[in-house]
Parts: sequence; structure tokens; C-alpha cells
Amino acid sequence: MNLTLKIWRQEDSKSKGRMVDYKVTEISEHMSFLEMMDVLNEQLVNKGEDPVAFDHDCREGICGMCSMYINGEAHGPDRGVTTCQLHMRMFKDGDTITIEPFRATAFPVIKDLVVDRSAFERIQQAGGYISVNTSGNTQDANSIPISKHAADEAMDAATCIGCGACVATCKNSSAMLFVGAKVSQYALLPQGQVEAADRVRNMVAQMDLEGFGNCTNTGACEIECPKGISLENIARMNRELMKASI
Amino acid sequence: MSGFFKSSIGRKVAMALSAFFLMIFLIMHVSVNLLSVFSENAFNTASHFMGTNWLVQFIMQPILIFGVVFHFVMGFVLEVKNKKARDIAYVKNNGAANSTWMSRNMIYSGLVILAFIVLHFIDFWFPELNYKYIVGNPEDPTRYFHELQEKFVHIWRVAAYIIAFILLGLHLAHGFTSAFQSLGITAGRKKTLQSIGKAYAILIPLGFIFIALYHHFNH
Repeated sequence: MNLTLKIWRQEDSKSKGRMVDYKVTEISEHMSFLEMMDVLNEQLVNKGEDPVAFDHDCREGICGMCSMYINGEAHGPDRGVTTCQLHMRMFKDGDTITIEPFRATAFPVIKDLVVDRSAFERIQQAGGYISVNTSGNTQDANSIPISKHAADEAMDAATCIGCGACVATCKNSSAMLFVGAKVSQYALLPQGQVEAADRVRNMVAQMDLEGFGNCTNTGACEIECPKGISLENIARMNRELMKASI
Repeated sequence: MSGFFKSSIGRKVAMALSAFFLMIFLIMHVSVNLLSVFSENAFNTASHFMGTNWLVQFIMQPILIFGVVFHFVMGFVLEVKNKKARDIAYVKNNGAANSTWMSRNMIYSGLVILAFIVLHFIDFWFPELNYKYIVGNPEDPTRYFHELQEKFVHIWRVAAYIIAFILLGLHLAHGFTSAFQSLGITAGRKKTLQSIGKAYAILIPLGFIFIALYHHFNH
């Protein structure tokens, strides 16, 4: 298929960006979106132009590196997938595809479609862990009974890959689905409950400090999340913070 | 606890609590107004009580006004903060793909409701204060029903009512479940709350619209 791409080009974090049109031809419907971008970049390199910078790593939907806001949606029009898992069969021959970086003040553009998501790292560092001595004397995990329901919910929350689609999608650039998932995955398990109050207080404080917006419960993040993280995690985080503050 | 209400989640909780208070008030308001459809005397009695009882007038009314002002001011503060959280807008954004119109436009439906409340204050509340406390007219327990009927004689006022209450319905269609979610009490009750929210968002505005139309055609 032949496509017209409208892509955000920005030299560096200080430059002013703009949308630039490109044509790509003979794109197979079996290609992933990132492979299509590779084809475009090969064309640009062959012409002596600067290739489009975009984030990618595992290309298996588990690392959370690939981003891109495609035709007005984080990771494009498909559901439950990252951009590397988005296939060109979702588009038609002759389509015009708009490709932008994830937009949030807390996610500044580094170059083209690459954004700085280190705000998520700092939120994690504020409390997204358990302080367990792992120097060889840790307790056998199987000796701590955990209900199947709690284990499943914690595992569901832990599937968050921190890609930032929730922030990019949210009309308020809120990071509450990400933080909610990280708070929940520990709050649901006995190992995490010891530090639960400090964790939620510190992670929410860091989230606010980074300049993310306030959640207004539109639910867009849940729909666009490639891992299907549920809004229930935000409700749980709200409860955890209320509990920690009283 | 004061730190809690300075956090993003604390502000959400404060919005939700003020919303709950206002939603309970709406049930009370529509119930009293509906009395006017069934019985002139019952409406006059209820209105006279509301208009003269010191607890309602000097305790509950100021709390209500505080609740309304707080909800609007906090709504605007959050809107400004949220706008700052995205310094560059998307060239193409398909919001309809993942969220409802109501959830994305609470500020606009809220502004229409605010405009209506200003009109309601000019139309009802300020004249009422003037009548009772400034001019100091002797209280007439039978005046309320006729005053209500008078309000709906002009079609433009009925039209303004209908538009405002449709927007209130849209505001509530998202706001009802959103308030529960902000307080973190949706677990296992999501579908039930959505059904109750839909019923509430339709029935409350419909009640007010029915009252306006009823008195317009029956005065």
C-alpha cells in the first residue's frame, strides 16, 4: 500500500517542531508500524536526509519503549497493543497517517517522536519497590499465603510496562493509571503492605511534582492502555492515599 | 490531612464530596418543586417552611452556597492545572475513540450550569432576599405557588430552563460515577453505579423540565 505520513519533526528539545509530509510506497499489510517507519527512514537515509527519530527496543510489546500518537490515539487505532504490535493491515491504501510524539509537559520532546519519560522513573524511585534484604536470607515466597484473587489483581497491575500511553491519551495528561498500577501491585500483597502508606504518599507527591494533570475519570487511559490496566487501580490508589492520610 | 487536600487526589476527593452534597440537594430541590404539580397547598407549605425556617435559611443555605462556589472554583482550578499539564496540543486527537463527550466537556456543561445559577440568583434568590430581609414584607404563606407559575409564563425562560437542565443531565451523566470513582468506592459495583448514574442523570433534569413545561401550559 502507498501512504502519506504527516510526522512531527523537531531537531532537539529546544527547537520548534513542525509537521512534515512524507510519501511511503509498497508497504506490506503484514509489516508492523515500526517496520513501516524503518522503510521510511531507509528512504530518507538514501536521500541523505535525517531519519525520523523514534523510540523502540524489544518490538514484542513488553518493554514499553515505543510510543507515538497515531491518528489521534496512543499506539494507534488498535486495542491492547503497543506501536510495535500495530500492523499496517489496520490502514488502507492511500491513507494519510498523522504521527506525533506523546504530548505532556512532563514528557518533553527530545527529538522528533522521542520523548523523555524519566518522570516515570522518578515516581518509581519515590516508592515503587519493597525494602527487602535480598542478601541470601529472604523468606521462601511460598511460605506467605496469598489469596488467588489478590495475587491475580497484583499480577494484572504489575503488567504495566510504563509506556506512558495513559498520560498521552488523557486529556489532562494525568499519570494516575500508571501510578495507580504501581501502588496497587504492592498494596495487594503482604510484602508490599508494610510500606504501603509511605509508598502511596511519596509516589503521589512525586507525580504531582512532575507536573502531571489531575484525573477526571474519563476512562480514556484504560481503553488505550496496551496492557489493559483497569481504572480500579486508580480507585485503589485513591483509597490507599485516603487511608494513609487519616 | 491538610497535605492530603493539596495533593491531586485530595482535590479529586474534595470535588467528589462537594458533588455528592450538590446531588443530594438536587433530589431535595426537585422533590419540593414537584409538589407544585400535585398540590398548590403542599407546595406553599413546603416552600414556606424552607423560606422561613432558621436552620434552612441561616445554616443550610450558606453551606449550600459554599458548596456551589467551592465546586465551581475547584473545577476551574483543576481545569487550569490540567491545561498546563500539556503545553503543546496534538495536531490530531481522536478523543471520541476512547471517552464520552460528557467526560471530556465537564467544564463546558459546568459553565452553562453556572450561567443558569447566576440567572436563578437574579431571578429568584436576590428578589427573595430583598422581599424578606431588606424590604421586610410581612410573610405570606400562600405566595409561593403563584410566584412559581409566574416564572414560567415566558417561553424564553422555559427554553433557558430546558437547555440548562439538558446540560445538567450531561454533566451528571459523567459526574455521578466519577464522584464514586474519585472516592475509590467503585470496586465490584461499577455496572450498578453506572445504571443508577444514568437514571439519576435523566430523572432529575427531566423532573425540572417537566415542572417548567407543566406550569407554562397550565397557568
